[in-house]
Amino acid sequence: MPPQVTGSNPALAARGVSKSFDGRKALSGVDFEVGPGEVVALIGPNGAGKTTLLSILAGIAEPDSGEVTGDGVAWVPQQAALYRRLSVRENLLLFAHLQHDAGQTAENPEQMVTRMLELTGLADRAGDRVGTLSGGNQQRVNIAIGLMADPSVLLLDEPSVGLDPAQRERLWGFVLGLVGEGTAVAFSTHDIQEAERYAERIVVVAEGEGIFSGTADELRQAVEAGAAGGGPAAAGDLETSFLAFLRERGH
Amino acid sequence: MRWLLLKDLQILKRSPLQLTLLILYPIVIALLVGFAMTREQDQTKVALYNAMPAGEPLGFGGEEVDGNEIRDQLCGRVDCIEADSTADARKMVENGEATAAVIVPEDLGDKIRSLASLSPESPEIQIIVNGSDAVENQVTDDRIEAMLGEANLLLAKRLSEGAKQYLDLILKGGEFDLLGQQIEVLGLQKSEQILKKIEPKLPPGTDKEQLQRAVRFAHLATDNLDLAGPLLTAITEPIKADKVEVGDEAPSLDTFAIGVTVAFALMFVTVLLVAGSLALEKEENAFTRLTAGLVGRGQILVAKVGLGTVVGTGVALILLVGLGLFVGIGWGRAPLWLLALIFGAAAFSAGGAALGAAAREVRAATLAAVMVCLPVALLSLVPDDAVGPAIETAINLVSAVFPFRPTLDAITGGLEISGPSLWLPLLHLLLLTATYGALARLALRRF
Repeated sequence: MPPQVTGSNPALAARGVSKSFDGRKALSGVDFEVGPGEVVALIGPNGAGKTTLLSILAGIAEPDSGEVTGDGVAWVPQQAALYRRLSVRENLLLFAHLQHDAGQTAENPEQMVTRMLELTGLADRAGDRVGTLSGGNQQRVNIAIGLMADPSVLLLDEPSVGLDPAQRERLWGFVLGLVGEGTAVAFSTHDIQEAERYAERIVVVAEGEGIFSGTADELRQAVEAGAAGGGPAAAGDLETSFLAFLRERGH
Repeated sequence: MRWLLLKDLQILKRSPLQLTLLILYPIVIALLVGFAMTREQDQTKVALYNAMPAGEPLGFGGEEVDGNEIRDQLCGRVDCIEADSTADARKMVENGEATAAVIVPEDLGDKIRSLASLSPESPEIQIIVNGSDAVENQVTDDRIEAMLGEANLLLAKRLSEGAKQYLDLILKGGEFDLLGQQIEVLGLQKSEQILKKIEPKLPPGTDKEQLQRAVRFAHLATDNLDLAGPLLTAITEPIKADKVEVGDEAPSLDTFAIGVTVAFALMFVTVLLVAGSLALEKEENAFTRLTAGLVGRGQILVAKVGLGTVVGTGVALILLVGLGLFVGIGWGRAPLWLLALIFGAAAFSAGGAALGAAAREVRAATLAAVMVCLPVALLSLVPDDAVGPAIETAINLVSAVFPFRPTLDAITGGLEISGPSLWLPLLHLLLLTATYGALARLALRRF
């Protein structure tokens, strides 16, 4: 299924991206795009290729074929990539210096850290060691590092894994605040409700192939259309629709 | 890159246990090794039971050895404990009070005296050792052999002195005590003189030829027996060792001990620290973020090697200063041994980085570091002549591809002017740093 194009100038786009690991196909000709200020959820079963696709979009991994276009992309890994023995401030300062030295930002590192502490609401925990923070707060620091260079696109790999509902709520409040300022967000998740709740568009990946791109309602409609054509029946909630959709397509 | 190094030092500072260990470890090692190096060595304890009658001299002729003299000789190299009987001496060995026992039999004096008779007997003393400790047994055997060697030498010298006195008596004449009676011996020299004086006074027609033969014999015997004296002296110690050292001069035992201690500390601290620190980057998921456009893999590697070099050199310095309280450290040669420490630490760090990059987990990296370092370092200490040529070649090869031996050579060369050359080990360490660095960089591609 071709991707649903959100506009003529996507903030980040991938065309026909393929990737194999030791002869095993991880991605097979996947198209993907996210428009400015858009929130896109990437869903699919385990091993579907979501993390691989995000890594390629972030420029961390090279695709075997296909191309990726877009600037100012920041990637936030699934597990907090932080030094647990350093404080929040020391972690932020380290990455601020590294980004400054790498030419990704001209902002003074100290000022950048102050800005990020305000943005994440962690100024009062600046001196605390990261290892002592809750999972939600760790993830906020994790995302803050990704935001240091003021990216136009933020890629989040399963950002809410391990968070309780309250932490998840706070995290999304923070992320949606960035979206309100024009940052595009693409995130992978196993939580269909989270995708439905926060994403404007859902992209389904299964066995390395992009099989759906559209809104949650469009996904339900697609399932109902399949049921009408003799496919498996779908219940009302999106998770059931999603599972039915996968079964219908043999995944 | 400096931010990475500062970050690692900050992390190190945040681990009180690790930091305490890094400071205490060299101090404790310095105290232990320092005390061991300056402490008087305990002598082997040997039980001695002398069954010979008190005051009985050993030997023959005019030269006799007092029993106490023999005892002093025996006990010069060991700590002798007097035993009351053979059974008592045996018990001391069995209960560990003494590592061996020497039993001097009652008839030792008779047997030594018999050496000068027509029916000589072999004098023997009995040695009792505890066979339960193979290593101690070997040491004890060596000590007792040396001890008996000294006693035998003393006896041989005295016996040869006695024999020389007999020879002098035969040559020059004199008085000789036999069973309490003084017997005058004319001597060959006087015999010759007397015969020479008699010869002109013999009446014509006498068979002078026989007399002249006796004079010639006395003359020849005098000349040749003169040579017997030095010969007797020589046979008591026929071979004397004249030690000439060739090849590289070995450092003193103290310097070697300091070198081994410092090289071991340097190896463990740097290899474990760098291997663990690099693997931690992976475990904390930071490596991927760092290499996503912020720093190169090579920069991370250089920062880790820098961390190991700084910390390893610091620990080695504390250790050397600590050892300096007990033994002499050549502070005037500090620039040289400091160079050795830095090069050694860099090579060990590069090795640790290769291990950490290959293992990718802190536990696996730590285990691999211990499993590789310990046997290779111990192998490097095996003396060349202690094994066969094939094993020696194998050990030399293994030692050459690991930084322990060149680090040891560089440290001892830096500490002591008579040590091995400093520059060759430094070059060796530089090559190893480059090689292990390249291996680590290769392993980081799939980190």
